[in-house]
Amino acid sequence: MQMKARTTGLAAMAIIIALLPITFPNPYYYDIADTALFNAVLCVGLNLLIGYTGQISLGHAGFFALGAYASAILTLRWQVPPLAALLAGAVAVGALAFVIARPILRLKGHYLAMATLGIGIIIYIVLNTEGWLTGGPDGLMADNFTVLGWKIKGDGSWYWVGGGLLLLAVWLSLNLIDSPVGRALRAVHGSEVGAEVVGVNTTHYKVLVFVVSAVFASVVGSLYAHKTGLITPGIGSFFRSVELVTMVVLGGMASTFGAVVGAIILSVLPHVLTTFEDYEAVVLGLIMMSTMIFMPKGLVPTVMRRLRRRRAAA
Amino acid sequence: MSLLRVNELSKGFGGVLAVADLSFTINAGTIHSIIGPNGAGKTTLFNLITGVYRPTSGRILFDDVDITGKRPYELAALGMSRTFQNLQIFFNMTAVENVMVGAHLHLQPRLLPSLLHLPSVRRRDAACRERCLELIEFVGCGKYRDADAASMPYGALKRLEIARALASQPRLLLLDEPAAGLNATESREIDDVIKRVAAQGVTVVLVEHDMKMVMGLSDHILALDYGRKLAEGTPEEVGKNPDVINAYLGAAN
Repeated sequence: MQMKARTTGLAAMAIIIALLPITFPNPYYYDIADTALFNAVLCVGLNLLIGYTGQISLGHAGFFALGAYASAILTLRWQVPPLAALLAGAVAVGALAFVIARPILRLKGHYLAMATLGIGIIIYIVLNTEGWLTGGPDGLMADNFTVLGWKIKGDGSWYWVGGGLLLLAVWLSLNLIDSPVGRALRAVHGSEVGAEVVGVNTTHYKVLVFVVSAVFASVVGSLYAHKTGLITPGIGSFFRSVELVTMVVLGGMASTFGAVVGAIILSVLPHVLTTFEDYEAVVLGLIMMSTMIFMPKGLVPTVMRRLRRRRAAA
Repeated sequence: MSLLRVNELSKGFGGVLAVADLSFTINAGTIHSIIGPNGAGKTTLFNLITGVYRPTSGRILFDDVDITGKRPYELAALGMSRTFQNLQIFFNMTAVENVMVGAHLHLQPRLLPSLLHLPSVRRRDAACRERCLELIEFVGCGKYRDADAASMPYGALKRLEIARALASQPRLLLLDEPAAGLNATESREIDDVIKRVAAQGVTVVLVEHDMKMVMGLSDHILALDYGRKLAEGTPEEVGKNPDVINAYLGAAN
């Protein structure tokens, strides 16, 4: 049953990703779609931490930025091949997340939010001030992504990379959630002491999921650097972190497809709302507010529940 | 043979000793009850034994191994599990998933195989699910097997928590007020489950206010008051003890 829902969801996503470009009237649409896909991958990782394990991070844009800067610095300064730079960045960010996770994840609720917020801000400040390495506020250039002589260039190619990566991320996330590790993560969310007394080392799992979600962010950051060609400290700002959390919450916590939907909506909506001109931000805020008031569990879980109820009634 | 030995155990909160200089032994294969008026230190004692609290002083030995200060998940690996007075169910999961978390230690949960859903993970998970469904049947929650825990009635959740604890295959099972908040029928069901758990060779320790249940079930009773041992012995001995009657009903003078 669960297995079937998983395959159906993945297949539907693959078809949508494959057919969507037919509807794009000009290349600008690819650019928006790329951003949406990248955000979706990042949110699938962040949802493992926030939605499933019940922890919060207000500093995930920092990990994203670190991945981006690692790739830019390694490829341009030391001529490291892009794929190796991406992996090195992921390992470094994973190690950093591991070191800070233990003290930080002892905190709960607001305190955890504050601590992760602090981490994000520290990363942002370091990227701004350590100009010799990061280029300071002006940022850094990054070259094209080449792997095995194949160069990924242009928004069209990146669309297929982002789409493939999103399918992979969703597949991994769905696998994880329906496994012993995933159940342990959800148990931490449900009741920490309840999980401990049946043998779940809750500290271990909180650290683990923090590292996994940070690595997701780092990998997406690396690809983002190569795609845009120019990165600035702004990509690691506090506002960016909050935006990512909002995507997860809007789409629906503890729902992998919810994270994808939330990320895509919040990436695309601002472009749709440009017709409102000066009132764009107001309309965006209204949409988000009413979603949270009328669908506090988020879009996807609420819609799924209504569909199920309708089917049960019929 | 003693399975659990508590030696001069004390726990202070601020200046108050919730458990004071307490020593007792629990033999393997028995049903052991801890009774006492509200605030006697029963739940504190449970939290000390299961590693939720650290004792101020004293020692706890499980199977002759010093377990003082060990964390609950380490004790679970040694063969000790428990339930809670106020439910600690995973309300974000289904009934069978709750019990499958209980089998966590027997599943080799590693990240990479889980991410890739390797056939070995799927096979073990399927077998684990079958075992856990049997446990759900065993505690009489069969009709809720795939229901969300959040939608289950209170009485069923009490039994689900026992099934979850059993999934960890404990040798010592501690039940904190398993009948609290249950009606007479539900109490009898719990009573029956406890008997059948004990019949399988699991040593059971329970904190309970339902005296009928305690007297009917227990091989051995420990009575506490103000964190100290008031009396200990068989149900008959403890039931006749004047100090116990005093503590429960007030002095007769």
